[in-house]
Amino acid sequence: MKAVCWMGTEKMSVETVPDPTILNPRDAIVKITSTCICGSDLHLYNGFMPTMEQGDIMGHEFMGEVVEVGGAIKSDRLKVGDRVVVPFTIACGRCFFCQEQLWSCCDNSNPNYWMAEKLMGYSPSGLFGYTHMLGGYAGGQAQYARVPFADVGPLKVPAGIPDEKVVFLSDIFPTGWMGAENCNIRPGDTVAIWGCGPVGQFAIRSAFLLGAERVIAIDRFEYRLQLAREGGAETINYEQVDDLIQVLKDLTGNIGPDACMDAVGMEAHYSGPMWAIDRGKQILKMSVDRPNVLRQCIIACRKGGTVSVPGVYGGFLDKIPMGAYVNKALTMKTGQTHMMRYMKPLLERVERGEIDPSFVVSHRVPIDKAPEMYKTFRDKQDHCTKVVLDPWADGAAAA
Amino acid sequence: MRKAASIHSGNARSGPGLSTTLRWGALIGGGALAAFGLSRRSRAGLAAAAAGGALAYAGTRVNTQSGDIISRSSILVNCSPREAYQFWRDFENLPQFMNHLDSVTVLDDSRSRWTALGPLGTRISWNAEIVSDHENELIGWRSLPESDIAVDGIVKFSPAPGNRGTLISPIIVYTPPAGRIGHSLARLLGKDPGFLMRQDLRRLKALIEAGEIPTTEGQSHGPRSALAAAARWADPDQPVGSQRKPVEMLGRQRRIS
Repeated sequence: MKAVCWMGTEKMSVETVPDPTILNPRDAIVKITSTCICGSDLHLYNGFMPTMEQGDIMGHEFMGEVVEVGGAIKSDRLKVGDRVVVPFTIACGRCFFCQEQLWSCCDNSNPNYWMAEKLMGYSPSGLFGYTHMLGGYAGGQAQYARVPFADVGPLKVPAGIPDEKVVFLSDIFPTGWMGAENCNIRPGDTVAIWGCGPVGQFAIRSAFLLGAERVIAIDRFEYRLQLAREGGAETINYEQVDDLIQVLKDLTGNIGPDACMDAVGMEAHYSGPMWAIDRGKQILKMSVDRPNVLRQCIIACRKGGTVSVPGVYGGFLDKIPMGAYVNKALTMKTGQTHMMRYMKPLLERVERGEIDPSFVVSHRVPIDKAPEMYKTFRDKQDHCTKVVLDPWADGAAAA
Repeated sequence: MRKAASIHSGNARSGPGLSTTLRWGALIGGGALAAFGLSRRSRAGLAAAAAGGALAYAGTRVNTQSGDIISRSSILVNCSPREAYQFWRDFENLPQFMNHLDSVTVLDDSRSRWTALGPLGTRISWNAEIVSDHENELIGWRSLPESDIAVDGIVKFSPAPGNRGTLISPIIVYTPPAGRIGHSLARLLGKDPGFLMRQDLRRLKALIEAGEIPTTEGQSHGPRSALAAAARWADPDQPVGSQRKPVEMLGRQRRIS
């Protein structure tokens, strides 16, 4: 089959690899109909995430049709022919964490648990198409994928609803939703969201659905701010203001947003001496993160407010204003998305027409174009917001 | 099981001590030598790099402890003490999650034959008998006197607070004899007996809770580099006796375009 492989920093290539096979009794094989490039894939593309290996198959946002199931999968849970969206986190469904609905903290899905344990104390769940520290599972930017614990994760979707409306249930829609839920929104709240990429866009719309009265969206690309305004947000282009924190104060009568969301993560762009320090440390491999958005969220947030972090961080952060965090009595909520909590309720919202997730799609291309689309997406060229790949374009069934 | 039992009741302590210093000394010194050698870009430099690499590798592999090898840990499993006890009591289940065991054959009610994987495809075998068995609470076993090596094990099962499952706490003490077999055993467990035990228990937990051990062995991937193959050789979770050939680990595949 064809698969997009990580071949090194800024090197992606479409390779012909063996079709996946069932390796465990609770596995299934999915023939992929739509698959996407995620912003968090760009951290891998840019080489900032440790424990990638040449030849790793990328991709964790995919859907398709079940073509094979392992011996332990009961037919009432999943069977051949089912149309499914596959969540990017892998969960066993039976450990303490799964039973607490902390699905992205599953104890049994990371075969390389010890690697993450060294860095984090305990390992979160395994992920598709990500680092070996987080499982090293082959991903879904391919024609087929092996899905472990397939009786827990995949969400069945009815025929007749197009891929583009449901494929984002695999990651970014629930991730934006959980980011908004983590803001502890009460009616009348003002939420500030840094980053108007796909997760930020879903977070804006989710915040309104959860009762926020105002959403202030922050980015530097006009086309993304335009999309945010279409979602009902007020917008700030941070490159066009002198002092972002002061602008947020002015917009909120000097009280600050009730919640601040970092939908940017480890590769924020900013300027000044802090940028020089953070970028320099990254180049010297002393640090993998440039955490300026997190710093701004903490400073900008109103006293007693909430900082929500759906953005991805990899390691140890420097110069976090802990004094402000403590003295202002803030709460921070984070986590990889607990996918299985949100997929079904959000599918129902899509079916009821409350939201049409396909609004984020800017590019639809055959999988062979994936390597160049990584660059386009990373460099925000061609008004790129979200890339959907078709693994079977041109009917090209590779050997 | 006297040694293991005495550790369980807190009468013995084992610290990292000199062995850890030696291990890290080899790792850091070897790594520095390798880096220095590579930076020379000469034949002598290459030799220095190779020597440094070998030293660092030895640091990850060689057991620097003397005397008893104590392997202990504990894990919380989402099951009843009864389920955990019954799974462990059938010793033939143990190789499913203990990677260094090749097989265990139950001979009768109390005796069993154990075979471990040694370096370079060798096997080490011993017979053991159960010396203490409290249903749903504790199992103790010990290698028989005429065995080549002395193995002494105990595992306890206790209900976790808050009705959150069962705490499984094994201690296994290996007393390697002098000579070749002892050397093999020391190498087998040499990476870090505590680490191996934690890995084994993690697999046991997955097996009981999820019904299977998570794996990516045998999944598809694109062309690997030599660096990745080297990383796999040094994977501390692989048994030293692992038979995989470098070619397989490279797993090179035909490239298109």
